[in-house]
Formats: sequence, structure tokens, C-alpha cells
Amino acid sequence: MQPAKILPKSAFPGWIDFLKRSYTVVGPKAMHGQTVFGEIETADDLTLEYNQSVIPPKKYLVPQREVLIEYKLDGTEVEAKFNEEATVVFGVHTCDLHAIKLLDLIFSKGFTDQHYAAHRDNTIIIGYECLTTCGPESFCRSMGTASAPESAYDLHIIDMGSDYFIQIGTERGEALFTGYDGVFTATEPDYARMNGTLSDKWQRFPYRLDVDVTEIPDLLAESYHSDHWQELADICLACGMCTQVCPTCYCFDIRDEVDVTLSVGKRVRSWDSCQIDSFALVAGGHNFRETRAARQRHRFMRKGKYQFDATGMVGCVGCGRCATACLVDITPIKTFNELYRRQQQQPEEVEA
Amino acid sequence: MTSLLDQTRFSESIYKPTMARIVDINDLTALDRLFTVELPDGVYLDHQPGQFVKVSVLGVGEAPISISSSPSRTRQTFELAIRKVGDLTGVLHDLQAGAMVGIRGPFGQGFPMDRFKGKNLLFIAGGCGIAPLRSLINQVLDDRGSYGHMQILYGSRSAADLMFKDELHEWENREDVELLLSMEKADIDWPACTTGYVTHLFPQIELDPRNTIAVIIGPPVMYKPTIAQVRNKGIIEGNIWLSFERRMKCGVGKCGHCQINHIYVCRQGPAFQYQHVKDLQEAM
Repeated sequence: MQPAKILPKSAFPGWIDFLKRSYTVVGPKAMHGQTVFGEIETADDLTLEYNQSVIPPKKYLVPQREVLIEYKLDGTEVEAKFNEEATVVFGVHTCDLHAIKLLDLIFSKGFTDQHYAAHRDNTIIIGYECLTTCGPESFCRSMGTASAPESAYDLHIIDMGSDYFIQIGTERGEALFTGYDGVFTATEPDYARMNGTLSDKWQRFPYRLDVDVTEIPDLLAESYHSDHWQELADICLACGMCTQVCPTCYCFDIRDEVDVTLSVGKRVRSWDSCQIDSFALVAGGHNFRETRAARQRHRFMRKGKYQFDATGMVGCVGCGRCATACLVDITPIKTFNELYRRQQQQPEEVEA
Repeated sequence: MTSLLDQTRFSESIYKPTMARIVDINDLTALDRLFTVELPDGVYLDHQPGQFVKVSVLGVGEAPISISSSPSRTRQTFELAIRKVGDLTGVLHDLQAGAMVGIRGPFGQGFPMDRFKGKNLLFIAGGCGIAPLRSLINQVLDDRGSYGHMQILYGSRSAADLMFKDELHEWENREDVELLLSMEKADIDWPACTTGYVTHLFPQIELDPRNTIAVIIGPPVMYKPTIAQVRNKGIIEGNIWLSFERRMKCGVGKCGHCQINHIYVCRQGPAFQYQHVKDLQEAM
């Protein structure tokens, strides 16, 4: 890895202005008491000390709505469309970096999704080390996602008070300093300060799960027939908010839209939700996941077990957004802990 | 020459269809039509029986449709039996020969014909399950010497719902095919037709359970009782094959709609060995 950089905070606004010359720059912004990722004009627009954004920065890689192909209705022209906007995403929390690492695996596995790949190629990710936990619903430390995964970021920023310690993840990340002279190469004392900053942070990150992250896949496998899914279904409104705000949910719908001229149209992908009752409905009327209990179970099984089996990564990164968004207080912390409590009450199976 | 799969996979986007021409349309029943589709010059369909393609009408949408023609009778053209049940299939039924449709695929895992060779075959279809099964039947008929005895059980609501009637007569007349029909209303003059469901045909068949592969394709309600009958005949779980229908948007293991527990039907199926799915609650 390349040596890290030191950026004095006094030089930070200038660096943002420098980046703005070549890129669209987006980052966390305060809005109505919450944080949203949006385009920034100057460093003043950024709110780097933020609690979890409402919608994860995933939206720059898997947009809520995206045109896949455009065509003439007579079929004489069919053209694939790709993202071409060079964007820097600033201030991505470590849990969201883990989520991006998972999305990278999903969209490249088997068939490569070229539309995701185009977003990834054109989007530079700048992580931001969390030094305090986001709130009572966040459990990143339990999930092992409170530190940055190396493969997901181009640069990663650690706030050291008067200056920023910036880890270099990729060559294109390092190139963001090419031609900018307000930055310095980190020295041994800088590394020592950075390690001190990281060491201090852990006391502010409580473990909130009673179960260890490595036990979650087996816990869910053993909880498949638990009564708890029906208990969740009894209060669940099937609104789908939990999946809309999730940084690792990527299921989608594809629909055609016809232009008013009736001569051209487009095929559009948009976020979908396994919590909506028609998600597994086929023509003819059979619904393969008809009950809310089955859909809640599917959601948690996907996060805790299925994605782990498919990619080696647990599909929940502990951000807590689904808990904040849920209108009836279904939360992953309570759910995992309740399943674990019931598992511990089961008598151990004695091997014959 | 390029296979359609390579064309789909290595084009700029896996979601970009190849435009193909409908060259023939034939009524199968009041609700089912057989579409013969011709790929562009230089492109051929290289598929396994049991695989599907994503079929689209530009401006309307896209749906997974199983391939009804056998690989042995398919190259630049192939056949799709399509029931009018939804928005897209409604529009497809309004098309005339000469119309263009978008095709992606073929996707998923079909039936492993190499493993079926030398075995006796028990093919069981319910309703429009005969459409994908026909691909398998004709593949066997075109390579008849490679397989053992072939029994076909086909359950239909009534004579009016029978698909591929001409071919049923051909199969019925062959010495090396045993064809039995069941109907809820047995309103047809047929040598071997039983009133009831396809499960009611089992008392009439004899088979060597140690050397027989059973393939079951039909509506969701058919699987459990039919599998029970097949197991009752002594056929082991590893020799029972199924094909599942699911909602699908992408066809390539991304969109999430077709998942059965951890399995993506579009990637690991739609053809499955029973023993691999029997414990999955969402399967049947």
C-alpha cells in the first residue's frame, strides 16, 4: 500500500474545490435534522460528523431508478445505457464500505452486471472513519464493520483533530492529489497519532448483540422454524421500508416505459422489496411467499445466512437504518438477540 | 456463428435482448399458442431441455418462457408455447407472424441428458408443464436408441386443454412410447384416458424402480402428491427431477425474485434434482 497522506484541515476546502474541477462531488449533508447524501458545492456543504444517512450511499452504485436500455419500439435500435458521470462520493461510513464490498461480489458473481460495473468504474469512494457510534440502533461493532475494509475504498479519511490522515486504497484514489500541493506524506509520528485515534474509539462502540457475528449464519439456520417470524409478522405492516434503506438490499424490478410519441421507450430497473406481497407472485396467481412471516424470515435469512453462504460475507452490516425506518420497531438487534435467547433455551442435542 | 448465450453474455449488457422474428404462430388451445421464433442470421440457440429464455415485447415488458422445442430440432429457430395469463403474454397473443420480439438466454440449468442415457424414463406433465417437457420428449425420440423404456403421463383438465394434440397422437402410435392421459372431464375418445388427476394414472403403470428416472413438470399443487406416487413406485430421490416456475426479472441471479430459500431458480434451476430441494420449505 502507498504511504498515507496528511491533509491539514485548513487545506480541506481547497482540496474539495480542486476535486470539483474534475468531478461531481457528493457527500453527507444536513437536511431537516437528518443526513442525506447529495451534491456539494463547497466543503461547507459537507457534514462529516453525521449519524447514519437516511438512504445509504449505495444509491450511487445501484440507483433507485436506472435506465438499462433504450429502444425504438419497432426494434430497429436497441441500445444499452451506462453511467458516465465521474463522481467522488465523500464520507462513506465503514459499515457502508462493507456493504459496497458485498455488492461488488454480488454483481460480479456469475454473470457480470455491466451497469453496476460502469457505476463502480466511474465512482470514486472516499471512506470516513467513524469515531463514535451512530445511535442506539447501530451495532457495527458486533457485526465487525466498524473498521474500513481495504478493497472497498479509494481513499479513507481518519479525523485526527487538526488534520486528516488519509489512507490510500487505490491508484485512482491517490491520483486525487495529483496536481494538488496542500497535502503531505504521512510520517512515523503521524501513523502513531492515527493508531492512537483508532485505539481510543473502541470504548465508544458497545457490542449490542448477545450473539457473535460468526454464530449468526448457524443461528438463523436453526431458527428457520421459529415462532418468532410469525410474531414479527403480527406487527409488520409489509411496507418495505426496511429494504428501501438497507445498504445491502439490491433486489430489483425491471419495467418498460413508453415515450408519449409511441415510437421509443426504455427498460428501467428500480429497487424492489421482498417484503411486498407480490414479490414472488407468478402469472396465474400462485404466490410462493404469501405470508408476512415467510417474507420477514426470508429477509433475515438472506442477511444472516444466504448471502453469507453465497459470498462469505454476512449480509447485515449493522448500520441500524432498517430499525430507524421501521414504523413498528422491528429491529435486527432485538431479532437476533431474541432468536439467540430462544436457541440458548433449547436443550442441547445429545449425540447418540 | 455465435450462440445466443454468448451474444447475451458478452454483449455490452446482459439486459440487452437480441431481436428475433416470430415466423409462425399456431393455436394449441384456446389459451395456448406455439410461437416459432427465428434468431438473426449467424446466431443459434444452444440449449438444454428445461432451460428458458427471457422473452420481451419492447414497450411492454419481459417474462421467462421455457423452451418447448428440443435441442435436436433447434438451431436458428426454436419454439415457445405461451399461455395467455398476464400483460406480456396477452400482448404476445395479439402479435402476428413477422413481429419482432426480444430474446435473452438461454438461462439456468436444464435436465442433464447424459445422466438419463441408458435409463428408463417416466415423464409426468400437468397442464402447461407439457410445454417444457416436450423439449425433453423430442430430444429422447430423436436419439431413441440411447434411452430405455419411455412412459409419459399427461394430466389435463379436459380434451380442450390438451396441448400438442398431433404429437400426442404420434407418441400414442409409437411402439416405443407408453402414453397415458388423465382428465378431470374425460371427454375424449382416447385409448388410454383416465378420469381424474395425473396421480390416478400410477396404478396403471409398471416400471423397474432401480433403473428409472422420473421427471415431473406441472403447476405448484401437483408436485407433492405426484412425488409421493413416484416414491411409492420405489424410485429413489436422486432419480426424481423437477422443474419450477417462479417470478423472474433478470434471469441471471441478481434481481432476487425467483429465490427459493438460498437457491436462485434462474441460475441453479429451473430443473432440480428432488433430493436437493426436498427440504426447502419454499420449494413446493
